[in-house]
Amino acid sequence: MEPLIVSSSPHVYSKDTTARIMLDVVLALLPAAAAGVYFFGGRAALIMVISVLSAVMTEAIVQKLMKKPVTISDWSAVVTGLMLAFNLPPTVPLWLPVVGSAIAIALVKQAFGGLGHNFMNPALAARAILLAAWPVYMTTWADPIHGAMGAVNAAASADAVSSATPLAILKGLEGTQEQLPPLWSIIVGGTRGCLGETSDLALLLGAAYLLWRRVISWRIPFSFISTVALLTWVLGPQGLFTGNAIYHIFSGGLILGAFYMATDYSSSPVTPKGQIIMGIGCGIITSIIRLYGGYPEGVTYSILLMNVAAPLIDRFTMPRIYGEVRADV
Amino acid sequence: MKAVKVFFNGVLNENPTFRMVLGMCPTLALTTAAINGIGMGLATTFVLVGSNLVISLLKNFVPQKIRIPAFVVVIATFVTVVSMIMQAFLPELNKSLGIYIPLIVVNCIILARAESFASKNSVLLSIIDGLGMGIGFTLALLLLGSIREIVGAGTWFGMPVFSDGFSPAVIMILPPGGFITLGLVLGLLNKLTGRAE
Repeated sequence: MEPLIVSSSPHVYSKDTTARIMLDVVLALLPAAAAGVYFFGGRAALIMVISVLSAVMTEAIVQKLMKKPVTISDWSAVVTGLMLAFNLPPTVPLWLPVVGSAIAIALVKQAFGGLGHNFMNPALAARAILLAAWPVYMTTWADPIHGAMGAVNAAASADAVSSATPLAILKGLEGTQEQLPPLWSIIVGGTRGCLGETSDLALLLGAAYLLWRRVISWRIPFSFISTVALLTWVLGPQGLFTGNAIYHIFSGGLILGAFYMATDYSSSPVTPKGQIIMGIGCGIITSIIRLYGGYPEGVTYSILLMNVAAPLIDRFTMPRIYGEVRADV
Repeated sequence: MKAVKVFFNGVLNENPTFRMVLGMCPTLALTTAAINGIGMGLATTFVLVGSNLVISLLKNFVPQKIRIPAFVVVIATFVTVVSMIMQAFLPELNKSLGIYIPLIVVNCIILARAESFASKNSVLLSIIDGLGMGIGFTLALLLLGSIREIVGAGTWFGMPVFSDGFSPAVIMILPPGGFITLGLVLGLLNKLTGRAE
């Protein structure tokens, strides 16, 4: 006879493990990584490899030093390293991803207790710190080596530095409106920007996989992107309802941020209502920074700010326990 | 023997910055360079010693209910002295420390020592306590200022410490760098002294 097992709830068994979820995220990021290498060349691959390796090594070293079990086999450091590389321009000096990975893993993740205890998205926090520490390296963009349709971009080497990103042009910071790349090249890839954000098509492919695998839910990305679309459309440059919402959705890091960064488990709200609030909050902050702030792009700061607000959101959206007497009656 | 204990209490055991976490406003705002840390630390030390001395002399004459205003008047006197001396002899340093010199009047380290030590102890011990606390504060500011200046500007006391290839992390001499450095040093010291739990 089978022995009777007495245990406390929950009794539902799931095959999901941390490693499996993180591996799914890595798989989902691969198309965008390939697109990054295709558009920005071998240097993009080098930056990704360095970033991932240094993230994994930092995790191992810090956990050894803190005398904790070394958990580099759960793929979470790989995800952080890859996400950080996605947030770097292709022209950065090669020591920058090493410093960034060390900040992300040692300072933002392990110093606060490791996986599941980070109060911010480690890759994004590292990006914000790098941006404040070395603003010149972090905002020097290069032209992609391939155009969106596969044509080799001959002009790339001619002016490889100090070219404007679509969002900077859109805001009127640099260049003229005529220099705006066509919408399809923004969606397929091949515009200036960070390594991983160039091809929205590849990012959406990975996002669809994550949604299908149920690694992420639709709530944060959907509410985030639709809030940005609504606000940038309504608050257009030539008066109400004149904004180019489609352009705003697909340029910059919105797709990358909404699907891969804002959905980080430990730094986003747990409750369904809370996740929608998080997405709307991210959308509002992103739109305000893009339209009225000093920077052309605001996805990083919006997600970091909402990360910090996540515990508060969770507290206010806690579902009522069945059988509990409502406090307000 | 007690004097030695009181002195090292201020430098180590009850270090105002790393143990009591007092005086955070000048600590975070002024440690952008090592020289600022030393300047602020020594100015505070002078005020601490002076105010501790006078307050321990006055401790039997000041009525309980108005002791805080009385302390502040004494402290403000010494801050005025420091401020004028610095304006006369160290105009550059005075300029870079700015509003934080007058603000020593309401520095909580000085008020805390007046309230918890000088108003209860003898004149000699109060002077030694002021000296210990002041030196503890100065060392803490020097440490934080050195780290931030070396990483954030690539210099130490204005002298370059790296070859030309080094590009300094500007964030370290900006406000976030102050919080990051203070947090890391605090955490490290707690770890080293076994107070992490």
